[in-house]
Amino acid sequence: MSVAAVSEGENPLVEGLERLPVAPTTLVIFGATGDLAKRKLLPALYNLAHEGALPERFHLVGVSRKEKEHEDYRAECEQAIGQFSRRKPDEDVLKGLLEDIKYVPGEFDEDSVYTELERVLDGFEKNAGEKLNRAFYLSTAPNFFPVIVEKLGEHGLAQHEGTEVRVIIEKPFGTSLQEALELNRRVLDVFEEAQVFRIDHYLGKETVQNMMAFRFANGMFEPLWNRNYIDHVQITAAEDIGIGSRAGYYDHAGALRDLIQNHMLQLLCHVAMEPPVSFTAEEVRNEKVKVLHAIHEPTLQEIPEIAVRAQYAAGHSGGEDVPGYLEEEGVRPGSTTETFAALRLEVDNWRWAGVPFYLRAGKRLARKITEIAVTLKPVPHLAFSQDGSLGVKPNQLVLTLQPNEGVTLQLGAKIPGSRMRIRSVNMEFLYGTSFMSQSPEAYERLIMDAMRGDPTLFTRNDEVEAQWRICDPILQAWSQTPGPRAGGLPQYKAGSHGPSEADDLLLDDHHWRAI
Amino acid sequence: MTSCSMIITGGPSDLMPAVSDAVWSEQGTTPDAIEAALRELLAERHAENGGYVPARVLNMMAFVESQWSGEIANRLRGVGRYHASRLIVLSYDPHRERLDARASVAAEDDPKPGELILLHETVIVEIGERHLDDLLTIADPLVVSDLPTLLWSPHGHPEAVDALLPLAQAMLLDSVDEPAWHEAIDRASALSERVYVVDLAWLRSTPWRERIAATFDPPELRAELGTITAITVRHHPDSTMAAMLLIGWLASRLGWHLDPLIHHGETLSGKANAGHDIALCLEAAPEQQVRGLAGLSIETASGIQLRLDRGMGGLRAHRRDGKGNEREWTILGASRGEAGILGEGIRQALLRDPTYRPALQAAQTMLP
Repeated sequence: MSVAAVSEGENPLVEGLERLPVAPTTLVIFGATGDLAKRKLLPALYNLAHEGALPERFHLVGVSRKEKEHEDYRAECEQAIGQFSRRKPDEDVLKGLLEDIKYVPGEFDEDSVYTELERVLDGFEKNAGEKLNRAFYLSTAPNFFPVIVEKLGEHGLAQHEGTEVRVIIEKPFGTSLQEALELNRRVLDVFEEAQVFRIDHYLGKETVQNMMAFRFANGMFEPLWNRNYIDHVQITAAEDIGIGSRAGYYDHAGALRDLIQNHMLQLLCHVAMEPPVSFTAEEVRNEKVKVLHAIHEPTLQEIPEIAVRAQYAAGHSGGEDVPGYLEEEGVRPGSTTETFAALRLEVDNWRWAGVPFYLRAGKRLARKITEIAVTLKPVPHLAFSQDGSLGVKPNQLVLTLQPNEGVTLQLGAKIPGSRMRIRSVNMEFLYGTSFMSQSPEAYERLIMDAMRGDPTLFTRNDEVEAQWRICDPILQAWSQTPGPRAGGLPQYKAGSHGPSEADDLLLDDHHWRAI
Repeated sequence: MTSCSMIITGGPSDLMPAVSDAVWSEQGTTPDAIEAALRELLAERHAENGGYVPARVLNMMAFVESQWSGEIANRLRGVGRYHASRLIVLSYDPHRERLDARASVAAEDDPKPGELILLHETVIVEIGERHLDDLLTIADPLVVSDLPTLLWSPHGHPEAVDALLPLAQAMLLDSVDEPAWHEAIDRASALSERVYVVDLAWLRSTPWRERIAATFDPPELRAELGTITAITVRHHPDSTMAAMLLIGWLASRLGWHLDPLIHHGETLSGKANAGHDIALCLEAAPEQQVRGLAGLSIETASGIQLRLDRGMGGLRAHRRDGKGNEREWTILGASRGEAGILGEGIRQALLRDPTYRPALQAAQTMLP
């Protein structure tokens, strides 16, 4: 191999390595003392360090409003990592990670914060003797996103000659279509789209990525994956817990914004997308956007037919009495925020025309489960008598994302005995039984991908906008209907399977799967 | 069950940490009886709690000398979640006449409602010299069909390896275990002709290879790969093989031609050719306590020097640029320890690294 061949081509040394190199990087976390940073980001960074996966030169800067010294922030980081890391920290690695962390205090709209940040970033580079990539992680309340982005731009921090600068933006990306459009405009005034990494942490889960492998690495399913064989699709994200300490966020968001607008529409895209030409970021995201564009914006007249919302009332969960949503601490009196939302959507394209996609998400339901159930059409003719059996049901393929990731195929099978009687049985595959490796936390994968510049698992601006175009009319319609006390918002008992009104969305003889 | 067999639930397994086991044993048994007992144990555990499900990832066959089986048990106990789904230990005592076996189905925890807990199966079959000719027919009924099978024979015994290899898709070895490193290269090379080889000596060098790859990944530094002029690799005195594999890896990836190495006491030296000469030096590091590499240094024609040394909390990096400026820092990463390396070896049986065999072949050309 000649010198020219080495310099012009790919790095010949990466072949066979499981971990690809990441360029030296400084990661700046805005909102560094917040819950997300403590519970997810710092533990994820520690675990990456433990595994030797961080860039060979890695620096971390925390930016937050609280006044504190570097040492105090390091102590907070140590505590958070000790409390929330998925593995017990190795003392030497933890010490190595912590000793270099810097903290910059101040309000996010103060110029002095960015001047100090620039000084810290330059200091790292001077010490390293080389320029370092920069990644700004916005883990703040969403109202700070535009101001931080604009201040970064004003202070010349959105570009850094000879390196890559990236901005990672947490969800929610807007609370309405208008806000999302405005936020995209303000972000893209400062950064190029290729620099922007919008986090939907669901996309970082192995389970979601497995869906692509399931569909596109197995020849047996794809021939059936269309309107000719599939009757309907149900996507469920049920939680058994209430809102806990998140009332401040949740009471302004609700189930549609919290789960359906982002995570569940992404799951729908994974179910309905065409096979991409390649698994590059742009090809995958192009196919997902096509699915979102094929779902038409609901009109005001249609909304009562295709969307249901509800709020949980007092009930029982895990054998305990639990309060209703309006009795939860921090919830506004008379709040009309929905804790359950269900939609019936159609993907109007050649593959899916006429196949209903049912989506439902809620809190304080009977149990925690996230699944996609694909029900096939019944067989055209049944030669067997169904006397004395539970009957032959259409095949159902269920992809469970949590808690036990796996695939279940419901098949008709003969009940042992002298008569030809059929009932449904399950053929089950569980990922946990077939792989040794522990899945990395979604944030570990996403932080690495962002530092590496791979946007495949992040949401592109047109995806976000297309998601909002579907959900925004529904939210607007709901905002105009009266609250629970006026009878405009159905209620369901905590610990139940949701409101009976959700059944009104179902077509033909469809029924919701038991949660 | 036959009258001399016995199932005990709740006892500890000797090969993996478990809160609960179902154990069966029988003297003067047959492979069919062992296999039937395993099926029964699995069914019992599942009936006991539907949350117990058998792991179905990998079979592992270990051929071990019975006097060292405790040490092997200790090593396998440390691999944690990388425990093979079914581990078949063929414990060899040449004087043994009778086939005895113990089987256990172990769970690491009790399942909580709605949770699944994996069951791992372990079979220890006591065999003697008279069973060697029939080894394949003893092991074959015990492997789970359609799962990949990894073979490990840590105490050598090429005759057993030959007998069992038709059942295996991968062979685990530690080429630094061989008393003479040139024999280790020949043995690994011969095996890699027949089966996919997972070499623990190779896996110990993974962080070093990753870091070399990362150092030269920036486009402005990648050209330096073509101008490397000298490499020194320091290694545990018993890990010459690991150093040779690292040089072999660079040579195979960068298209170098290697000359045989020459002994200078504890040091081996030689050269590679890539249109220009590259000085090679392999030094034993007696101070190094653990197997594997102790450090390395790479120099290029433009005066760049990269040095990596084993350190606390990761590798200590030292870089000198073309102008003579020097910098040091730590590349974070926790030591995996020997148990972690063995676990990684088991996991790697399910993957394929296309760079090991070319590295091995390149290392073979360096044999003095």
